[in-house]
Amino acid sequence: MEKQIAMSNFLVALIPLLPLLSFLIIGLNYKKLNKTITGVLASGSVFISFILSVVAYFQVKAGATFEVNLFEWIATEKFVINFSFLIDPLSSLMLLVVTGVGFLIHVYSIGYMKHDEGFNRFFAYMNLFVFSMLILVLGSNYVMMFIGWEGVGLCSYLLIGFWFKNTEYNNAAKKAFIMNRIGDLGFLLGMFLLYVTFGSLDFKTVFSLAASYPVGSTIIVTATLLLFVGAIGKSAQIPLFTWLPDAMAGPTPVSALIHAATMVTAGVYMVARSQAIYVLAPLTMDVIAITGIVTALLAATIAIYQNDIKKVLAYSTVSQLGYMFVGLGVGAFTGAMFHLTTHAFFKALLFLGAGSVIHALSGEQDIRNMGGLRKALPVTFMVFLIATIAISGIPPFAGFFSKDEILVHAFAHNKIIWGLGFFTSLLTAFYMFRLLFLTFSNSFRGTAEQKHHLHESPKVMTIPLMILALLSVIGGFIGIPEVMGGHHALNQFLGRVFTAPAEELGLSHSMEWILIAITVIGAVLMIVFAWLRFGKKNLVPAGDEAARPALAKLFMHKWYFDEIYNTIIVKPLFWLSEFFHKIFDVKIIDGIVNGFGSLAVWAGGRLRYIQTGNIGFYLTAMVLAVVVILFFMLAI
Amino acid sequence: MDTVVEGLKLMPINNYIILSSLLFVIGLVGVLTKRNALVVFMSVELMLNAINLLFAAFSVYHNNSAGQVMVIFIMVVAAAEVAAGLAILVLTYRTNHSIDINLLNSLKH
Repeated sequence: MEKQIAMSNFLVALIPLLPLLSFLIIGLNYKKLNKTITGVLASGSVFISFILSVVAYFQVKAGATFEVNLFEWIATEKFVINFSFLIDPLSSLMLLVVTGVGFLIHVYSIGYMKHDEGFNRFFAYMNLFVFSMLILVLGSNYVMMFIGWEGVGLCSYLLIGFWFKNTEYNNAAKKAFIMNRIGDLGFLLGMFLLYVTFGSLDFKTVFSLAASYPVGSTIIVTATLLLFVGAIGKSAQIPLFTWLPDAMAGPTPVSALIHAATMVTAGVYMVARSQAIYVLAPLTMDVIAITGIVTALLAATIAIYQNDIKKVLAYSTVSQLGYMFVGLGVGAFTGAMFHLTTHAFFKALLFLGAGSVIHALSGEQDIRNMGGLRKALPVTFMVFLIATIAISGIPPFAGFFSKDEILVHAFAHNKIIWGLGFFTSLLTAFYMFRLLFLTFSNSFRGTAEQKHHLHESPKVMTIPLMILALLSVIGGFIGIPEVMGGHHALNQFLGRVFTAPAEELGLSHSMEWILIAITVIGAVLMIVFAWLRFGKKNLVPAGDEAARPALAKLFMHKWYFDEIYNTIIVKPLFWLSEFFHKIFDVKIIDGIVNGFGSLAVWAGGRLRYIQTGNIGFYLTAMVLAVVVILFFMLAI
Repeated sequence: MDTVVEGLKLMPINNYIILSSLLFVIGLVGVLTKRNALVVFMSVELMLNAINLLFAAFSVYHNNSAGQVMVIFIMVVAAAEVAAGLAILVLTYRTNHSIDINLLNSLKH
């Protein structure tokens, strides 16, 4: 028995170490390795991690909880941080999502990045990302989580700016990094506060100590709010969401893995992980719910007017992340994790499908230049359709169950939040089907040359798509609500972690059925509406400069968020930098340094007159100097 | 030998100090005022020997032979210095037809 546990510990440590190993091998030999070896190594390492995660999952399901302490990392008298991993149902679920979806995206990337000269570099970064994400998920204290948190931020930066020769892409990468850093500051402060209060950053210790604090105590509310600031940055919520749409500059598999399925959900995971302290802070929960719903609605309105296939999906991601935070905010922790999981499936699928379209059109991303791709890309069309249905919340696809669970909880919590959430789900159905119809139906609107080159993607890309499509269809069955006669397997699985008593829904079954019916019928109506506009009538969105009603203009320009930030933050910052440059740097600092130089020149100019070349003078000077020194020494 | 030392000790040490100081100052004034390089050298030798005298005197009065070692040492250095210095003077005379130190005010001519 003992031996078996030790074995498991080693295997648990192997889950994050394998991608790290692969990263090191590829990263150190990226000029020498050929593409096949790199692809197999990178995907293979993640695949083995996935297998191990599955093994871990079954053991966790059977009731085990792994706490693997690799070594004592920081050990001072009062501050002890262990380099340790924790696998409980929550991290086990995240492990499956990260390694599972991560593996499929790695395989897909082999096809997608085939002709890119940075192929090896790409996979090195991807492996490093998976490693960091696994550390984030597995860490058993806030410091470990923070390492992963920063690691994924770094990889996100590296991969957004992957094509670093393009200045715009680099700017997008920097924007993502800086905005994340703002959030990270909150996370750090939250950690400091937790440490000062509890004297530890270990999850178990913190949560058990926090339990003795009264509900709503200032210190807990402050700490949770600060941690949530970190989540806002990482998970692209208002007001720090503008980096995510820009992050689409990276290669499409990156968008699928980092900016849809895994990294951006880290904030949700963090809040869910810290559930024990969040339930003690009702104020924070309200802030989370409001931030979530506002973000969901705002991003959805923007998505309606986007014409870049990846931008639509990016805003959709922001919107869905908003949903997850609504779930967290109204106390549906399982619902949020459920939506996180299904979202990882269908949004990764959507991004990869979009990648397949972009691949077929040799880089074209504007949906106004697409259309009629259904015949040329049948597989891509099918999987895209499935994912679109899933995200729109049509039963029995995955998105329906998770979204429904969040909405039902929101209804029980607050009718306004439910109303806005419902409206957002209508918008979601509309813009997703708008995207689908504009891309795949009617006739092709691109150039003749593009039409000539149209081709379905190779098998290495389409097979991961099909697997994800399957998951998008059946993924929801892990959480069939009781009202439908299911027993919500996910709820039972996660019940061990989310120990705080769930809020009593207080809804009759008929009420739940009515809510479900309203949501589904609304979504179907929106789909029909989208079909009428973009399918049947074949309307194509007008150019960016065309005249529009004020509201449409507001949505199209993303509520002018970037412009506002530019005016109130970026420009004053530039002005301040310019000021400091001109006054402090040029005048004061440079002045002092240059002053010393001029002093030396001036003094030299004066002193050179005593170098006459007259030996008699030198001798006299020497004797006088010796006399002076003698007197000086005598004086002492 | 002891009688010689005893004899030397009959004279007060101050006499030696005054004599060597006089010699030193004469040498110093010579160095500072003379323009003939040869005379300057001779003055320097005078200063060195003034010091030698003082070393020797103190060596006797303190019964410590270290002073005498120093005397020998200074003599060696002085001899070396004179050898090098005179060589320079010879060369200087060849180029300038003079050994006036005030002519030696530039690195090239």
